[in-house]
Amino acid sequence: MNNDKQIAVLGVGMHPWGKWGRSFVEYGIEAARAALRDAGLSWDDIQYVAGADTIRNGYPGFIAGATFSQALGWKGNRVASCYAACASGAQALNIARAQILAGLCDVALVVGADTTPKGFFTPVGGDRPDDPDWLRFRLLGATNPTYFALYARRRMELYGATGEDFALVKVKNAKHGLANPNARYRKAVSIEDVMASPTVADPLRLLDICATSDGGAALVLSSMEYARKRDAKPVRIAAISTVTPTYPQTIIEMPNFSTDSAAVVAPPERAFRDAIGFAAYEEAGIGPDDIDLAEVYDLSTALELDWYENLGLCKEGEAERLIRDGDTAVGGRVPVNPSGGLASFGEAIPAQAIAQVCELTWQLRGQADGRQVDGATAGITVNQGLFGHGSSVIVSR
Amino acid sequence: MPAKTRVPAVEGWFTTEGDEPALLGTRCRSCGTYAFPRESYFCKNPACDGREFDDVALSRRGRVWSFTNNCYQPPPPFVPTSDPFEPFAIAAVELADEQLVVLGQMVPGTSVDDLKAGMDVELVVDTLFEDDEHEYLVWKWRLVETGAPA
Ligand SMILES: [Zn+2]
Repeated sequence: MNNDKQIAVLGVGMHPWGKWGRSFVEYGIEAARAALRDAGLSWDDIQYVAGADTIRNGYPGFIAGATFSQALGWKGNRVASCYAACASGAQALNIARAQILAGLCDVALVVGADTTPKGFFTPVGGDRPDDPDWLRFRLLGATNPTYFALYARRRMELYGATGEDFALVKVKNAKHGLANPNARYRKAVSIEDVMASPTVADPLRLLDICATSDGGAALVLSSMEYARKRDAKPVRIAAISTVTPTYPQTIIEMPNFSTDSAAVVAPPERAFRDAIGFAAYEEAGIGPDDIDLAEVYDLSTALELDWYENLGLCKEGEAERLIRDGDTAVGGRVPVNPSGGLASFGEAIPAQAIAQVCELTWQLRGQADGRQVDGATAGITVNQGLFGHGSSVIVSR
Repeated sequence: MPAKTRVPAVEGWFTTEGDEPALLGTRCRSCGTYAFPRESYFCKNPACDGREFDDVALSRRGRVWSFTNNCYQPPPPFVPTSDPFEPFAIAAVELADEQLVVLGQMVPGTSVDDLKAGMDVELVVDTLFEDDEHEYLVWKWRLVETGAPA
């Protein structure tokens, strides 16, 4: 790692994902307490709280950082709150990192938690014809799976991907999730199960698409100096990428009706999803060959295959070969989603990017019982938030 | 029964006059870049500080980039037009001159089984939904019959 701007992960914690029907605050606080226990620290030691907001509770998550702080006991700590859709967790982590690297605090807590309704994600209510996220439902009936399916079909048309290839991703992630106590779905799935599930948005079937879940995740972070007094070789955050696309964005993205035009300005060297991971690699001073495992945002099975290529784990058009050969299963060349991924968790938006870092931390410490990637020393997460929020974190030891 | 008034489901996104409806985009007066939906405030080209835009009708024909369908009824604000719900196809279509990709529903009767990437489609205006007085219109894509004049 060439990056000298690193911070340590002292503790990680999660509230199991599920449909629990309780307040997001409970999930967040249980995760925070678990992370504090894991770090061997108490709430008194925390100087700074960064909360990743949910939009599910009127105001963005009662404005999460303050609500979490109050639930842990108001003590005048400094606080921040942020919302960046699925990238909220990485943003909260990035805010806490900046505070630590600037020397403004030694120890910070990052918390994200969500409680979600059933079914398709729907836009915020009311008549809002100026909002593309509202209009796409009104004018096109374009749900989130509509966009996932356009990418999946594109892989079929360009690279000959099949429904069975997509099903293999679900089979792998379900198998990984069997051993994860925080996973919502802990049940083996066969290719036949996936192929027998009803088509939602052709070519994607119900079992190709991730559910929405309740859950909470938290991290206790510190300066390297603070960490080294307790642990000679702490797990470190080596890079955080929060990049936007570069104009023109030539791949159709949720919730847009069109891409940018490439008629006047040529497409950038790296398309958005390639650029997200690239910025993290560049910051960490490493490349795809140095990565032992990855946690990627498998909103759909087919999207996981896209991420293999976006992260440089293989060349464009080779992702199907990786999944068929077992390269991305635990025990393979570069395991992807050893946690079980969104396939086993379902998406709890503001908690998910934090949960990805929890999993990498357990993996790098050798504590991922039943799904351990042997000898892992560096891992990468990747994710993106609506309207152009990149999110990628490199964790190393 | 008097005929219903035909109104666009969204203002200023497409023309409805005549036999050749088209999507309405903009072209930046400074750098010439295209945008859809129309730009009214800033040019997305980072090298351009243009603030003035000409309305332009976008190409009525394009090629299928990818496609899918809705097997289940989307949630509101989608307005269902049949009960039970009838699945419909959606296509992402590349416009060669503007070099951009635009989404649209396929016309009723075209299913995903009829589609392949690279197929030629053209823009039509069709009913999105109706209420007691109005027929709300939207753009849709229709496959260009093989052998039809260009
Ligand atoms: Zn311009």
